[in-house]
Amino acid sequence: MDVLDKGIEKLGTDPDTGYASFRLGSFTFRRDEYFAHVSWPKGSQIIEIDRFLRAMVRDIGWGFFYGWIFFDDIFGTTNHYGTVDIFAGSYDRGCKDAGIDLLETFPAETVAHAFETISRDWISEGYDPLNAPLETGSPIGPKGKERTDPLLRAFIAADRMLGLEDDKAVRSDATGHPINRAFADMAFDAPEIECEPGFEGQLHAINLFDHIARSDVTWNPSISAVTRANICCVTSEEHMLPVIHGNDRNEWFIQLSDEIHWNIADKNTGAPRGRVVMKAGDVCAMPADIRHQGFAPKRAMLMVMENGTPGLETRYASGELKPYPVDFS
Amino acid sequence: MAYRTHVGALDSYEKGVIELDDDLRKYAFSNIFEVAGAAAPFERVAVVQNLDYVAEVMRVEGDSPWFAAPHDEFATVMDGEVVFHFVKLEDGQKPGHEGGAAQLGAKPNGAVMGKVTARRGHQVLLPEGAAYQLVSAKPAVALIQTVDGPVTVKRWSDICTLA
Repeated sequence: MDVLDKGIEKLGTDPDTGYASFRLGSFTFRRDEYFAHVSWPKGSQIIEIDRFLRAMVRDIGWGFFYGWIFFDDIFGTTNHYGTVDIFAGSYDRGCKDAGIDLLETFPAETVAHAFETISRDWISEGYDPLNAPLETGSPIGPKGKERTDPLLRAFIAADRMLGLEDDKAVRSDATGHPINRAFADMAFDAPEIECEPGFEGQLHAINLFDHIARSDVTWNPSISAVTRANICCVTSEEHMLPVIHGNDRNEWFIQLSDEIHWNIADKNTGAPRGRVVMKAGDVCAMPADIRHQGFAPKRAMLMVMENGTPGLETRYASGELKPYPVDFS
Repeated sequence: MAYRTHVGALDSYEKGVIELDDDLRKYAFSNIFEVAGAAAPFERVAVVQNLDYVAEVMRVEGDSPWFAAPHDEFATVMDGEVVFHFVKLEDGQKPGHEGGAAQLGAKPNGAVMGKVTARRGHQVLLPEGAAYQLVSAKPAVALIQTVDGPVTVKRWSDICTLA
């Protein structure tokens, strides 16, 4: 695997829209009022701008996440944990058959810098792609005043458990996170912790639902608790996951409230396999050989269990590990 | 617009659907409340398995046995109210097995650390080095993040939607 040592280049500025265009390796990126345009030597792809920016900002924020992030059926990234592939058509049968696909590999920090540079230029004040569509403005139209606040809100990753002394804080009014409008009907109370003398600080509990209900971002998980490499992530989901996630390992979804509809497809070809509708209390594995995209009609609470053991991606890719998690025999 | 949030309970839940042109065993689709409803009190039924790691559903009804694990575990209460009692384990009492919860024969004779009272949505640390007991006067449900261990119960064919 060749890793390209090329950073992002600014190609120019559209005199009508005010947006800059960029090149990274063999890929060029430009936008107009409605769409992002990604081009490579043998092809090009057009992506609706809201979806493109929602995907790009999350891809950076997640650190390229586990495995494949498809912005749409054609364009996306693959995380190799140190390097990142940018691909176009590499996992689309039509593009592969036509021989117009392209995949290039870069250092992860090069892609992160490039995507942040593009996002920073293409996002104007009044639009926040991390917010649900009902909670932010629109990205369409010519360039406005650039935002000066951070585009990314920190991925909250507890080392042991949220709220412990010396660990990450739970969200609260004091941290600037009010209860989201979609969970205003819920009552939130605190667990009662009663420590005997000498054991103060050794017992701990939080209202996890309260923490999730205060999230000001969607489809952006945070880590609440860690057992060795067993990672409990929680997130609030509204509208649609703006990427299609292809797993490089098995992961598990636990629906804590409301419902999410998941479209499931073959990871390598994109061929549809069907759907899963998860309601409160449902548990479902997402195998390592699929891609999935979620749709949440109402803001919902989701728990995701990940196995963060280093090197799992290569053990799944080599076939050493089966692409599904449970042996029924 | 006023929103209405749906959460599940032992006596009130609606399971979703799985419609796939694939082997449904790969997805191990189950429901926490359905699993708890069919379980004996304090069984630790795996609903998640990620190689060495599991999440277990426990129906909490009455006083549980005492458990301990050689690592942190975490319990999220999904229905009802559960009181978690904790006792500090002495060095000679700490579990020697690789991972997961082990059931103790009786309440250990270490120092009482205290208790946590938790309800739906609360996540509780079950710390390494402590034994714990779960108590609930009425049926309640906990989801426990842990390691596949000596008392993990697996009955995937019974709990999963397969057709």
